[in-house]
Amino acid sequence: MSERTYNASELLICTASRLMEDGTTAFIGTGIPMLAASLAQKLHAPNLVTIFEFGGTGAILETLPLAVGGGCTFNRAIAASGIRDIVETAQRGFVEYGFLGGAQIDAYGNLNTTVIGNHDHPKVRLPGSGGGNDVGSNCWRTIALMPHDQRRFVQTIDFITTPGYLTGPGAREAAGLPRGTGPYRVVTTLALLGYHPESKRMQLLATQPGISVEQVLENTGFELLLADGVERNPPPSAEELRTLREQVDPDGLYI
Amino acid sequence: MDLTLKQSDDTLHSEAVRLLQSGVGKLIQPPDVEGFRSWNRAKSKRLDDKRMSEAEAVRRFIRDGDYIGTELYGTVRCPMSLVHEIVRQGITDLRVAGQGVLELDMLLAAGRVRALDLTYIGLEVYGLSNCLRREVESGRVEHVVEWSNAGIAWRFKAAAMGVPFIPVRSMLGSDTLKYSSAKVIECPFTGLPIALLPALILDVGLIHVHRADIHGNAQIDGISGFAAEMARACKRLIISTEEIVDTEVIRRRPDRTIIPYYLVDAVVVAPFGSHPGELCYRYARDEEQIKLWVEASKEPATAEEFLEKHVYRVADHQAYLDLFGQERLQALTHGAPGREA
Repeated sequence: MSERTYNASELLICTASRLMEDGTTAFIGTGIPMLAASLAQKLHAPNLVTIFEFGGTGAILETLPLAVGGGCTFNRAIAASGIRDIVETAQRGFVEYGFLGGAQIDAYGNLNTTVIGNHDHPKVRLPGSGGGNDVGSNCWRTIALMPHDQRRFVQTIDFITTPGYLTGPGAREAAGLPRGTGPYRVVTTLALLGYHPESKRMQLLATQPGISVEQVLENTGFELLLADGVERNPPPSAEELRTLREQVDPDGLYI
Repeated sequence: MDLTLKQSDDTLHSEAVRLLQSGVGKLIQPPDVEGFRSWNRAKSKRLDDKRMSEAEAVRRFIRDGDYIGTELYGTVRCPMSLVHEIVRQGITDLRVAGQGVLELDMLLAAGRVRALDLTYIGLEVYGLSNCLRREVESGRVEHVVEWSNAGIAWRFKAAAMGVPFIPVRSMLGSDTLKYSSAKVIECPFTGLPIALLPALILDVGLIHVHRADIHGNAQIDGISGFAAEMARACKRLIISTEEIVDTEVIRRRPDRTIIPYYLVDAVVVAPFGSHPGELCYRYARDEEQIKLWVEASKEPATAEEFLEKHVYRVADHQAYLDLFGQERLQALTHGAPGREA
């Protein structure tokens, strides 16, 4: 693939990677967040502290883990502890960013990874919360990564596995979730999305290269707000793609 | 609903702790902390030789209907040789704490699970668990109660502390809490809503470790998952270990002991005991074998064929390893995560 063309996974990875700041802590799940973190460490964030749920803190991502507890998640790490230590670290406010995925998301950033249909008689039984709820409850700012279509971006999700802003402003705090936490960004194949500071509803911040605002709206099953001045995301750079393909995932496990 | 705290000093007016919410999920294993204390008091503290085979350990310590838990999970330091033996012996009607990949998939495929405290069952990079889908969507698993990953680990921690519940800030406001058996109260110190998770005391815990002595003093390298908590939350604990070491090895580095012997009922020697999963510093995942299960698990008939070949028609763990041969297993040790090049 040339350095001007890229696939949907590469676009998601590069967009997410740019959100990872040097010198911050980020709770990383398997798949795209891991690749994004590895790319960020190699380009602009060498001191990104990766935090993996089963105990790895500060791993240098040299090879790609296939499991969130796999050996690579504490490769050359600064500490190898366990799940309680990791989530308690987030619970007492040490973890800035949390990266999440989901089968469904609504306008308030609530995520479903539990069931499609009714809980007790599900149409599709999904894996469940895993660490998702812990991340979405306790990290300061959560970033969701997902493909963008009407089946995933829905008016009402079937099950709130992981809390976003729940029913709107003040709802997280009323439920007892840590003050000042919540969804921050959604990175998709079509757009970069954020949340309106007052209404806490999802809003369009930027379109992905070659995607129109109309296309984003058409693929969103709820009313999407537009930020003042919707921007256009730059495409993945030649350096990002080269690093991703040659150093991050040379065996093409994910891209 | 108010839970009134009676104050003996009548200069203090009576205060009420407000119960804000109760999860609708079944409390599959009530937190009997008094029973647990008595159980632990009666447990032998003698330095016995607890070595035995998988077959003997499962026969002696696991019964139909028991509530069991495995640690870490499916593809990472998982007690796979013990899980294979449970399937082989036909133990059924199990209640299970579920953070799982291959191990719980196999119990589900064999139809041995009646109730689940579930946080995650899936195949990670390979997607949804078809076995979970079949067993839950058909209603064959009677109860599915939701938790977060840390929620389950904290429930073990509460049991390990010897207290009936633990207050946490995960799960609040979500359907995960609604379909759990947690409760939410107004914190009597801060006024904040806080989730109370019931202690989870297992009938039997299964943990795979890097090394142990014949008494069950066990050490784990790398991340420890939730081994320390779960080991202290079991009535009966079966350890499988890559190797047996002399007790002097343990005594030279006692800081490394995660599981002291008095928690342990059986020590099973199981080299490559996590196969086809990985064990850090020892061996890598056997991707070919994992992919075989991913494919086989898609349909009941092919899952059954897989279990026939790798579990039912295999006498024990050594015979299972013989299916793969020394050369292939040795090759896995070269790719071991974290191993010095």
